[in-house]
Amino acid sequence: MINRRELLRHIGLGAIATSMPGVCFAKADTDARFVLVVLRGAADGLAIAAPYGEGRYKSLRGELAISSPGTVNGVLKLDGLFGLHPSLASTYELFKKNEALLIHAVSSPYRERSHFDGQDVLENGVTSAGGKRDGWLNRALAPLGGSLGDEAAIAMSQNTPLVLRGDNSVTSWAPSQLPDADDDTLRRIEMLYAEDEFFSTRLAQALESQKIAGAMGNMESSRRRGNDAAQAKSLMLSAAKFLTAPDGPQIAVLESGGWDTHANQGSASGSLANRLEGLDQGLEALRKQLGSAWSNTVVAVVTEFGRTVKVNGTRGTDHGTATVAILLGGAVNGGRIVADWPGLASNNLYEGRDLYPTTDIRSIFKGILWEHLQIPPEYLESQVFPASLSAPMTEGLIRS
Amino acid sequence: MAAKGALPLKIESVIAANRFGLGARPGELSRIDGNPRGWLLDQLQGPSRLPEDVRALPDTASVLVEVQKVREMRREAKQAETDKPSPDVVQKFGSVVRRHYLAQTNARFRAATETDYPFHERLVHFWSNHFAVSADKQPVSALAGLFENEVIRPNLGGKFYDLLLAVEKHPAMIVYLDNQRSIGPNSTLGQRANKRRSDQQFGLNENLAREILELHTLGVNGGYTQQDVTTFAKVITGWSIGGSTSRGRFSDGVPGTFQFRSNIHEPGKHKILDKTYKGSGLKQGEAVLRDLATHESTAAHLATKLVRHFVADDPPAELVSEIAQVFLESGGDLPIVHQALVESSEPWQSTFRKYKSPQDFVISTFRAFDRVPDDGRFIVGALDMMGQTPYKPGSPAGWPDTAEHWGGADALYKRIEWSNTVARYAGTRVNPLELGNAVLGPALGDHTRTAISRAESVMQGTTLLLASPEFQRR
Repeated sequence: MINRRELLRHIGLGAIATSMPGVCFAKADTDARFVLVVLRGAADGLAIAAPYGEGRYKSLRGELAISSPGTVNGVLKLDGLFGLHPSLASTYELFKKNEALLIHAVSSPYRERSHFDGQDVLENGVTSAGGKRDGWLNRALAPLGGSLGDEAAIAMSQNTPLVLRGDNSVTSWAPSQLPDADDDTLRRIEMLYAEDEFFSTRLAQALESQKIAGAMGNMESSRRRGNDAAQAKSLMLSAAKFLTAPDGPQIAVLESGGWDTHANQGSASGSLANRLEGLDQGLEALRKQLGSAWSNTVVAVVTEFGRTVKVNGTRGTDHGTATVAILLGGAVNGGRIVADWPGLASNNLYEGRDLYPTTDIRSIFKGILWEHLQIPPEYLESQVFPASLSAPMTEGLIRS
Repeated sequence: MAAKGALPLKIESVIAANRFGLGARPGELSRIDGNPRGWLLDQLQGPSRLPEDVRALPDTASVLVEVQKVREMRREAKQAETDKPSPDVVQKFGSVVRRHYLAQTNARFRAATETDYPFHERLVHFWSNHFAVSADKQPVSALAGLFENEVIRPNLGGKFYDLLLAVEKHPAMIVYLDNQRSIGPNSTLGQRANKRRSDQQFGLNENLAREILELHTLGVNGGYTQQDVTTFAKVITGWSIGGSTSRGRFSDGVPGTFQFRSNIHEPGKHKILDKTYKGSGLKQGEAVLRDLATHESTAAHLATKLVRHFVADDPPAELVSEIAQVFLESGGDLPIVHQALVESSEPWQSTFRKYKSPQDFVISTFRAFDRVPDDGRFIVGALDMMGQTPYKPGSPAGWPDTAEHWGGADALYKRIEWSNTVARYAGTRVNPLELGNAVLGPALGDHTRTAISRAESVMQGTTLLLASPEFQRR
């Protein structure tokens, strides 16, 4: 049932949607920074923020259940219902300082269980895989300005993930081990590419990133093999350096894998716990490196869908639906959990097996893009997340 | 089909060598020139012998047994000590696995560089990628190359069903997608366990069933439901591996080989995609696979991927339907399908429609110089840096196949850096202009030709050749 406030919003938007595109935008806040961390593989929201307070939690989750707050290896108490996974110690400290916020029972509009399609929908901002070939965050860049060589956003990987692909120029960077080609050679390659847009654009972006990276002498340029957590942390540090560089980007996207815990997932300890610890430490490194910029930063940690409530036959979980999202940053209005919690009673589960989604993640993205990056709501509704009236903006995620 | 002779014959040779093949080796273009399509069709059955380095590799069973032994040692050491296992036990496992991974990577890239059947080799890579297992999960990193050699290489000369069956029975696939201990709730073992619990789906793991439907056959929109996934998972319970764990009940059978375990197989008949399959143990799963192998969604799915790989990122719909039709009419005969691709007109219509994947780029470079590094770590390092670590696509969907995915700015920069390194190794041994003519022929554009000829050094010229748009595409 739609409430009065939602109804007013819909009417208001209906009027605005007919306004002309290409209208001049008010100057966006270029001091605000946004980091999107995509956990690929469907991270288990019920392990990250466990509803320990639900009577049936322990029996439903079986060997995956984590013990209550205050016990050995117990969850870290968020409130009377939820507890944070014990591996997320730094995140918990932020929660206590009101700089971390959790959204639960959230998902994209996607309802199947394919990783690839799920990630597609998480990143394309519409309701079906292949529904758009570009990403919502790329579409959101238009009002932020930025141009070739001065991009507003950077992908911290060799190749640009879908969420940042599209008409607006973005750049990318990943660590390297090889000696640089000399300037003269690079100049000749620039000329070689002059007539081929695909190559010339990319080279220009790469050279700009290299310039920024080079200006920060002690940039981590070596990749330590076989140590995922160290690599992830190193990448977070590099992201922070880019974000605080003069003329650097204000948005960064990082990706992380290994969340598809079909077997031997573990509970307070084990494979998922280790991954969460790595993520937690990476985020902490990012926060420290951002320094004073942290106060005007939002980090969003998201994943394409969640996992089954019950353990499967190989001590893990299979693909599910709703999950958790985490926002961190000095700009976040945190210290709470945003959730229209459906509970774990069997008749409240999605298809009898998954946590039921009650919030559309696009609502969260809209809230961040408007309140933090000042991207106008009418632009969000018409261009960034078209046809998304069923996902009204979640307000109040950002400190005013 | 476009009229024969619409393109100068030599351009067609370049297309045959670079788009269908793995990049021309010096002299290859003139060898092909007489009959580029014929050259391709002659390769469809592959070489009569496996490449030497591939033949020299141990088999899956022996590697799996070795890896499991070392794992056991590590487990025992862990239990024996009060804190962490001694470092050399951990290291032993890592080094055993790494040794196999490097040997297999070496063999693969040597085969790709030296083969006179590059079209067949490309098809091996394509189908291996279609049925991807990823080395980032243990013990798959010691098995991914063996899987490719044991089930993909020998099965491209017949029907898709035979390839599919071989794939789904290989221990690497079973262990990668967690099927070896997937237990049917009403199986002998399942019932015993259920007496102690009331969970409905105790023991079942859906991973392999889902990926067979979603990735290997029908495709994500192929018309199956969640119920089909769960039911199919039940049908393939029991598709397991001999001697797979140290626990008593799973230690029978020949270690490291396919083992059908009837005591964990879900009995009874099951309905998948509106067809009922009677309870016939192992044959039940085989029957389902046979129907999936010849389903029209499978035909469309496979045709789309093939056309995307050989023609364009955005596969032309008409050609996709044509190839799908050939697939269905031939009962999934792979040589006939591959032949249809060669004989269609679209792949021959323009020279450079596909941006090379990092692997394509690296292999074509090795072939151009007719040299492959002795140390596999150099190959792994280069590809790792460009975002395509050998055998590690990171998911059963395999590596993507479009410029969108490979075309990041930083990735291009890495290719330039690597070209620079290769040029330094090559030194003055090769003249880049001559090399450009030898491997790209008439496809080498004037702009690039001029840039190379004006290079300040041979090495810089080589860097420019490898970084050129003509060499970066196929």
